[in-house]
Amino acid sequence: MKTIAGLVMCLTILIAAHPVKMGYEIGDTASDFKLKNTDGRMVSMADYKNARGFIIIFDSNTCPYSKAYNQRIIALNDKYVSKGFPVITINANDGNGDSFDEMVRVAKKKNYQFPYLIDETQRVAHNYGASNTPHVFVLTKELKVAYIGTIDDNPRNAEAVTIHYVEDAVDALMANKSVPVSKTKAIGCGIKWKDA
Amino acid sequence: MNGEQITFKPRFDKQMRTISTIALLAFIYLSAGAQPAQQIKLNELQRIINTPSEKVQVINFWATWCAPCVKEVPYFEKVNQENKNVEVTLISMDYDLDPNPEKVYRFISRKNLQSKVLILAEQNPNHWINKIDKSWSGALPATLIINSANGKRKFIQKELHEGELEKMIEEVTN
Repeated sequence: MKTIAGLVMCLTILIAAHPVKMGYEIGDTASDFKLKNTDGRMVSMADYKNARGFIIIFDSNTCPYSKAYNQRIIALNDKYVSKGFPVITINANDGNGDSFDEMVRVAKKKNYQFPYLIDETQRVAHNYGASNTPHVFVLTKELKVAYIGTIDDNPRNAEAVTIHYVEDAVDALMANKSVPVSKTKAIGCGIKWKDA
Repeated sequence: MNGEQITFKPRFDKQMRTISTIALLAFIYLSAGAQPAQQIKLNELQRIINTPSEKVQVINFWATWCAPCVKEVPYFEKVNQENKNVEVTLISMDYDLDPNPEKVYRFISRKNLQSKVLILAEQNPNHWINKIDKSWSGALPATLIINSANGKRKFIQKELHEGELEKMIEEVTN
Protein backbone atom coordinates (compact mmCIF):
# COMPACT_ATOMS: atom_id res chain seq x y z
CA MET A 1 0.00 0.00 0.00
CA LYS A 2 2.78 2.35 0.97
CA THR A 3 4.48 1.79 -2.38
CA ILE A 4 1.27 2.51 -4.24
CA ALA A 5 0.64 5.67 -2.24
CA GLY A 6 4.22 6.71 -2.90
CA LEU A 7 3.81 6.05 -6.59
CA VAL A 8 0.58 8.01 -6.73
CA MET A 9 2.25 10.91 -4.94
CA CYS A 10 5.22 10.81 -7.32
CA LEU A 11 2.87 10.81 -10.29
CA THR A 12 0.85 13.70 -8.90
CA ILE A 13 4.00 15.71 -8.38
CA LEU A 14 5.21 14.84 -11.88
CA ILE A 15 1.90 15.84 -13.45
CA ALA A 16 1.62 19.01 -11.38
CA ALA A 17 5.19 20.00 -12.22
CA HIS A 18 4.62 19.49 -15.92
CA PRO A 19 3.74 22.75 -17.62
CA VAL A 20 0.41 22.99 -19.42
CA LYS A 21 1.09 21.88 -22.95
CA MET A 22 -0.52 23.58 -25.89
CA GLY A 23 -1.14 21.65 -29.04
CA TYR A 24 -2.43 18.30 -30.11
CA GLU A 25 -1.28 14.85 -29.22
CA ILE A 26 -1.90 11.73 -31.29
CA GLY A 27 -5.58 10.72 -31.01
CA ASP A 28 -6.84 14.23 -30.21
CA THR A 29 -9.60 15.64 -32.37
CA ALA A 30 -8.36 18.68 -34.26
CA SER A 31 -10.50 21.78 -34.71
CA ASP A 32 -11.53 22.81 -38.17
CA PHE A 33 -10.48 26.30 -39.30
CA LYS A 34 -11.68 28.95 -41.70
CA LEU A 35 -8.73 30.76 -43.22
CA LYS A 36 -8.11 32.89 -46.28
CA ASN A 37 -6.52 31.20 -49.26
CA THR A 38 -4.16 32.92 -51.70
CA ASP A 39 -7.06 33.03 -54.22
CA GLY A 40 -9.01 35.16 -51.73
CA ARG A 41 -11.52 32.45 -50.79
CA MET A 42 -12.04 31.15 -47.26
CA VAL A 43 -11.17 27.47 -46.79
CA SER A 44 -12.28 24.94 -44.14
CA MET A 45 -11.79 21.22 -43.94
CA ALA A 46 -15.58 20.96 -43.86
CA ASP A 47 -15.56 22.11 -47.52
CA TYR A 48 -14.06 18.76 -48.50
CA LYS A 49 -17.13 16.55 -48.53
CA ASN A 50 -15.37 13.49 -49.98
CA ALA A 51 -12.09 13.68 -48.12
CA ARG A 52 -10.87 10.55 -46.35
CA GLY A 53 -8.43 12.61 -44.35
CA PHE A 54 -6.12 15.60 -44.53
CA ILE A 55 -2.43 16.42 -44.76
CA ILE A 56 -2.15 19.76 -42.96
CA ILE A 57 1.27 21.39 -43.35
CA PHE A 58 2.39 24.53 -41.52
CA ASP A 59 4.78 26.09 -43.99
CA SER A 60 6.67 29.25 -44.81
CA ASN A 61 7.83 31.24 -47.83
CA THR A 62 11.25 31.98 -46.47
CA CYS A 63 12.40 29.03 -44.36
CA PRO A 64 15.20 27.05 -46.07
CA TYR A 65 13.61 23.80 -44.84
CA SER A 66 10.32 24.83 -46.47
CA LYS A 67 12.24 25.53 -49.67
CA ALA A 68 14.03 22.18 -49.44
CA TYR A 69 10.67 20.43 -49.04
CA ASN A 70 8.64 22.53 -51.48
CA GLN A 71 8.70 20.04 -54.38
CA ARG A 72 8.04 17.18 -51.96
CA ILE A 73 4.93 18.98 -50.63
CA ILE A 74 3.67 19.50 -54.17
CA ALA A 75 4.36 15.80 -54.89
CA LEU A 76 2.46 14.76 -51.74
CA ASN A 77 -0.65 16.56 -52.95
CA ASP A 78 -0.24 15.18 -56.48
CA LYS A 79 -0.02 11.68 -55.08
CA TYR A 80 -2.79 11.82 -52.48
CA VAL A 81 -5.40 14.39 -53.50
CA SER A 82 -7.09 11.96 -55.89
CA LYS A 83 -7.02 9.31 -53.17
CA GLY A 84 -8.98 11.57 -50.84
CA PHE A 85 -6.10 12.95 -48.77
CA PRO A 86 -5.63 16.56 -49.90
CA VAL A 87 -2.72 18.72 -48.76
CA ILE A 88 -3.66 22.01 -47.07
CA THR A 89 -0.75 24.35 -46.31
CA ILE A 90 -0.97 27.10 -43.71
CA ASN A 91 1.42 30.00 -43.19
CA ALA A 92 1.34 31.42 -39.65
CA ASN A 93 4.62 33.34 -39.75
CA ASP A 94 4.78 36.95 -38.74
CA GLY A 95 7.66 38.40 -40.64
CA ASN A 96 9.22 39.77 -43.77
CA GLY A 97 8.67 37.59 -46.79
CA ASP A 98 5.66 35.80 -45.30
CA SER A 99 3.00 38.43 -45.94
CA PHE A 100 -0.21 37.50 -47.73
CA ASP A 101 1.04 39.17 -50.94
CA GLU A 102 4.26 37.17 -50.78
CA MET A 103 2.22 34.00 -50.24
CA VAL A 104 0.13 34.79 -53.33
CA ARG A 105 3.33 35.25 -55.31
CA VAL A 106 4.76 31.87 -54.19
CA ALA A 107 1.48 30.01 -54.78
CA LYS A 108 1.28 31.40 -58.32
CA LYS A 109 4.93 30.85 -59.13
CA LYS A 110 4.82 27.25 -57.90
CA ASN A 111 1.37 26.72 -59.39
CA TYR A 112 -0.02 25.32 -56.13
CA GLN A 113 -2.94 22.98 -56.72
CA PHE A 114 -3.74 23.05 -52.99
CA PRO A 115 -4.73 25.81 -50.56
CA TYR A 116 -2.05 28.02 -49.05
CA LEU A 117 -3.85 29.68 -46.15
CA ILE A 118 -2.84 32.60 -44.02
CA ASP A 119 -3.19 32.15 -40.25
CA GLU A 120 -2.97 35.81 -39.45
CA THR A 121 -3.93 35.57 -35.78
CA GLN A 122 -1.67 32.50 -35.40
CA ARG A 123 -4.52 30.86 -33.50
CA VAL A 124 -4.62 27.73 -35.65
CA ALA A 125 -0.86 27.19 -35.33
CA HIS A 126 -1.16 27.69 -31.55
CA ASN A 127 -4.11 25.30 -31.26
CA TYR A 128 -2.39 22.62 -33.29
CA GLY A 129 0.93 23.07 -31.49
CA ALA A 130 2.81 23.78 -34.71
CA SER A 131 6.27 25.02 -33.83
CA ASN A 132 8.43 24.85 -36.90
CA THR A 133 8.15 24.71 -40.66
CA PRO A 134 7.32 22.52 -42.41
CA HIS A 135 5.33 20.85 -39.61
CA VAL A 136 2.86 18.18 -40.72
CA PHE A 137 -0.39 17.00 -39.09
CA VAL A 138 -2.06 14.03 -40.76
CA LEU A 139 -5.74 13.87 -39.80
CA THR A 140 -8.40 11.27 -40.37
CA LYS A 141 -11.76 12.11 -41.92
CA GLU A 142 -13.09 12.60 -38.38
CA LEU A 143 -10.18 15.03 -37.77
CA LYS A 144 -8.44 12.65 -35.37
CA VAL A 145 -4.71 13.44 -35.26
CA ALA A 146 -2.88 10.41 -36.67
CA TYR A 147 0.59 11.76 -37.31
CA ILE A 148 2.60 14.81 -36.18
CA GLY A 149 6.06 15.66 -37.44
CA THR A 150 8.33 15.92 -40.40
CA ILE A 151 7.79 14.78 -44.00
CA ASP A 152 10.69 12.32 -44.21
CA ASP A 153 14.11 11.61 -42.76
CA ASN A 154 16.31 13.60 -45.14
CA PRO A 155 15.74 17.32 -45.67
CA ARG A 156 19.00 17.64 -47.58
CA ASN A 157 18.27 15.23 -50.38
CA ALA A 158 14.93 13.80 -51.48
CA GLU A 159 16.73 10.99 -53.32
CA ALA A 160 18.43 9.82 -50.13
CA VAL A 161 15.26 9.52 -48.04
CA THR A 162 14.90 6.17 -46.32
CA ILE A 163 11.67 6.72 -44.35
CA HIS A 164 8.71 8.61 -45.81
CA TYR A 165 6.92 9.33 -42.54
CA VAL A 166 3.92 11.20 -43.99
CA GLU A 167 3.40 8.81 -46.91
CA ASP A 168 3.67 5.84 -44.56
CA ALA A 169 1.09 7.41 -42.24
CA VAL A 170 -1.39 8.18 -45.03
CA ASP A 171 -0.89 4.77 -46.66
CA ALA A 172 -1.57 3.11 -43.30
CA LEU A 173 -4.76 5.14 -42.76
CA MET A 174 -6.01 4.26 -46.26
CA ALA A 175 -5.38 0.58 -45.53
CA ASN A 176 -7.10 0.84 -42.12
CA LYS A 177 -3.83 -0.06 -40.45
CA SER A 178 -2.15 1.67 -37.55
CA VAL A 179 0.34 4.40 -38.43
CA PRO A 180 3.86 2.90 -38.11
CA VAL A 181 5.56 6.05 -36.73
CA SER A 182 3.05 8.58 -35.43
CA LYS A 183 5.38 11.25 -34.09
CA THR A 184 8.71 12.59 -35.31
CA LYS A 185 10.90 15.58 -34.65
CA ALA A 186 13.07 17.53 -37.05
CA ILE A 187 15.25 20.60 -37.12
CA GLY A 188 13.33 23.45 -38.71
CA CYS A 189 12.64 27.15 -38.67
CA GLY A 190 10.76 28.17 -35.57
CA ILE A 191 7.41 29.77 -36.48
CA LYS A 192 7.84 33.52 -36.15
CA TRP A 193 5.32 34.41 -33.44
CA LYS A 194 3.91 37.85 -32.91
CA ASP A 195 5.26 39.40 -29.74
CA ALA A 196 2.82 38.62 -26.98
CA MET B 1 77.49 26.85 -62.50
CA ASN B 2 78.35 29.56 -60.00
CA GLY B 3 76.41 32.11 -61.99
CA GLU B 4 73.34 29.93 -61.88
CA GLN B 5 73.56 29.56 -58.15
CA ILE B 6 73.83 33.30 -57.72
CA THR B 7 70.66 33.91 -59.75
CA PHE B 8 68.88 31.05 -57.97
CA LYS B 9 69.59 32.19 -54.44
CA PRO B 10 67.69 35.47 -54.34
CA ARG B 11 64.66 33.72 -55.85
CA PHE B 12 64.81 31.09 -53.11
CA ASP B 13 64.95 33.82 -50.48
CA LYS B 14 61.94 35.47 -51.99
CA GLN B 15 60.03 32.18 -51.88
CA MET B 16 60.98 31.66 -48.27
CA ARG B 17 59.86 35.15 -47.42
CA THR B 18 56.49 34.60 -49.08
CA ILE B 19 56.01 31.34 -47.18
CA SER B 20 56.89 32.89 -43.83
CA THR B 21 54.63 35.87 -44.52
CA ILE B 22 51.73 33.52 -45.25
CA ALA B 23 52.49 31.53 -42.11
CA LEU B 24 52.65 34.70 -40.05
CA LEU B 25 49.36 36.00 -41.48
CA ALA B 26 47.70 32.65 -40.81
CA PHE B 27 48.98 32.73 -37.25
CA ILE B 28 47.69 36.27 -36.70
CA TYR B 29 44.34 35.34 -38.26
CA LEU B 30 43.94 32.26 -36.08
CA SER B 31 45.01 33.93 -32.86
CA ALA B 32 42.96 37.09 -33.39
CA GLY B 33 39.68 36.23 -31.73
CA ALA B 34 37.56 34.37 -34.27
CA GLN B 35 37.89 30.67 -33.57
CA PRO B 36 37.38 28.06 -36.26
CA ALA B 37 34.49 25.76 -35.39
CA GLN B 38 35.07 22.11 -34.68
CA GLN B 39 32.67 19.47 -35.92
CA ILE B 40 31.35 17.25 -33.16
CA LYS B 41 29.12 14.20 -32.91
CA LEU B 42 26.13 13.80 -30.60
CA ASN B 43 28.06 11.97 -27.85
CA GLU B 44 30.50 14.88 -27.62
CA LEU B 45 27.59 17.32 -27.27
CA GLN B 46 26.05 15.11 -24.57
CA ARG B 47 29.40 15.06 -22.79
CA ILE B 48 29.48 18.88 -22.83
CA ILE B 49 25.91 19.02 -21.48
CA ASN B 50 26.50 16.42 -18.75
CA THR B 51 29.97 17.31 -17.52
CA PRO B 52 29.78 19.28 -14.28
CA SER B 53 31.13 22.79 -14.71
CA GLU B 54 31.93 25.58 -12.29
CA LYS B 55 30.35 28.03 -14.66
CA VAL B 56 26.73 28.28 -15.78
CA GLN B 57 26.63 26.74 -19.21
CA VAL B 58 24.66 28.50 -21.91
CA ILE B 59 24.23 26.35 -25.00
CA ASN B 60 22.55 28.01 -27.96
CA PHE B 61 21.32 26.04 -30.96
CA TRP B 62 21.44 28.17 -34.12
CA ALA B 63 22.14 28.14 -37.83
CA THR B 64 23.51 30.64 -40.33
CA TRP B 65 20.24 30.51 -42.32
CA CYS B 66 18.10 31.30 -39.25
CA ALA B 67 17.39 35.04 -39.12
CA PRO B 68 16.10 35.15 -35.49
CA CYS B 69 19.17 33.14 -34.42
CA VAL B 70 21.52 35.63 -36.07
CA LYS B 71 19.62 38.46 -34.40
CA GLU B 72 20.08 37.07 -30.88
CA VAL B 73 23.78 36.12 -31.27
CA PRO B 74 25.03 39.51 -29.92
CA TYR B 75 23.24 38.83 -26.60
CA PHE B 76 25.16 35.57 -26.21
CA GLU B 77 28.42 37.25 -27.16
CA LYS B 78 27.78 39.99 -24.62
CA VAL B 79 26.99 37.58 -21.78
CA ASN B 80 30.00 35.43 -22.65
CA GLN B 81 32.30 38.42 -22.47
CA GLU B 82 30.80 40.23 -19.48
CA ASN B 83 29.71 37.46 -17.14
CA LYS B 84 32.71 35.55 -15.87
CA ASN B 85 30.46 32.89 -14.30
CA VAL B 86 28.97 31.94 -17.65
CA GLU B 87 30.35 29.92 -20.50
CA VAL B 88 28.58 30.23 -23.84
CA THR B 89 28.72 27.54 -26.53
CA LEU B 90 27.06 28.17 -29.87
CA ILE B 91 26.06 24.90 -31.54
CA SER B 92 25.59 25.30 -35.28
CA MET B 93 22.85 23.09 -36.72
CA ASP B 94 23.74 23.94 -40.32
CA TYR B 95 25.02 20.43 -41.05
CA ASP B 96 21.50 18.95 -41.26
CA LEU B 97 20.82 20.88 -44.50
CA ASP B 98 24.37 21.49 -45.72
CA PRO B 99 27.44 19.46 -44.68
CA ASN B 100 29.88 22.07 -45.99
CA PRO B 101 31.10 24.05 -42.94
CA GLU B 102 32.35 27.03 -45.00
CA LYS B 103 29.22 29.12 -44.34
CA VAL B 104 29.71 28.67 -40.59
CA TYR B 105 33.40 29.56 -40.80
CA ARG B 106 32.62 32.68 -42.82
CA PHE B 107 29.91 33.70 -40.33
CA ILE B 108 32.33 33.32 -37.42
CA SER B 109 34.97 35.51 -39.01
CA ARG B 110 32.51 38.06 -40.39
CA LYS B 111 30.93 38.56 -36.96
CA ASN B 112 34.28 38.01 -35.25
CA LEU B 113 32.60 35.67 -32.77
CA GLN B 114 34.43 35.22 -29.49
CA SER B 115 32.19 32.52 -28.02
CA LYS B 116 33.02 28.90 -28.68
CA VAL B 117 31.28 27.60 -31.80
CA LEU B 118 30.80 23.90 -32.53
CA ILE B 119 29.11 22.26 -35.50
CA LEU B 120 26.88 19.31 -34.68
CA ALA B 121 27.71 16.95 -37.55
CA GLU B 122 24.72 14.65 -37.25
CA GLN B 123 21.80 13.82 -39.52
CA ASN B 124 18.42 12.32 -38.71
CA PRO B 125 17.50 14.63 -35.81
CA ASN B 126 14.44 12.53 -35.02
CA HIS B 127 16.87 10.14 -33.34
CA TRP B 128 18.55 12.69 -31.10
CA ILE B 129 16.44 15.82 -30.49
CA ASN B 130 14.86 14.23 -27.40
CA LYS B 131 18.30 13.38 -26.06
CA ILE B 132 19.11 17.10 -25.92
CA ASP B 133 15.76 18.10 -24.43
CA LYS B 134 12.40 16.33 -24.50
CA SER B 135 10.49 19.60 -24.79
CA TRP B 136 12.39 20.62 -27.92
CA SER B 137 10.48 20.24 -31.20
CA GLY B 138 13.62 20.93 -33.21
CA ALA B 139 12.71 24.55 -33.99
CA LEU B 140 15.53 27.07 -34.10
CA PRO B 141 16.63 29.07 -32.24
CA ALA B 142 16.69 27.16 -28.96
CA THR B 143 18.73 27.66 -25.81
CA LEU B 144 19.71 25.34 -22.98
CA ILE B 145 21.02 26.77 -19.70
CA ILE B 146 22.57 24.49 -17.10
CA ASN B 147 23.85 25.23 -13.64
CA SER B 148 25.50 22.00 -12.57
CA ALA B 149 26.26 23.42 -9.12
CA ASN B 150 22.56 23.33 -8.10
CA GLY B 151 21.24 21.03 -10.84
CA LYS B 152 18.95 23.68 -12.30
CA ARG B 153 18.30 23.54 -15.99
CA LYS B 154 16.22 25.62 -18.39
CA PHE B 155 15.34 25.03 -22.01
CA ILE B 156 13.63 27.54 -24.23
CA GLN B 157 12.68 27.32 -27.88
CA LYS B 158 12.24 30.87 -29.12
CA GLU B 159 14.17 33.96 -30.07
CA LEU B 160 15.49 35.79 -27.02
CA HIS B 161 15.17 39.52 -26.78
CA GLU B 162 17.28 42.03 -24.90
CA GLY B 163 17.52 41.12 -21.21
CA GLU B 164 15.80 37.72 -21.49
CA LEU B 165 19.02 35.71 -21.53
CA GLU B 166 20.27 37.47 -18.39
CA LYS B 167 16.93 36.73 -16.73
CA MET B 168 17.15 33.03 -17.59
CA ILE B 169 20.71 32.86 -16.24
CA GLU B 170 19.52 34.50 -13.04
CA GLU B 171 16.72 31.95 -12.72
CA VAL B 172 19.13 29.00 -12.77
CA THR B 173 21.59 30.78 -10.50
CA ASN B 174 19.23 31.49 -7.60
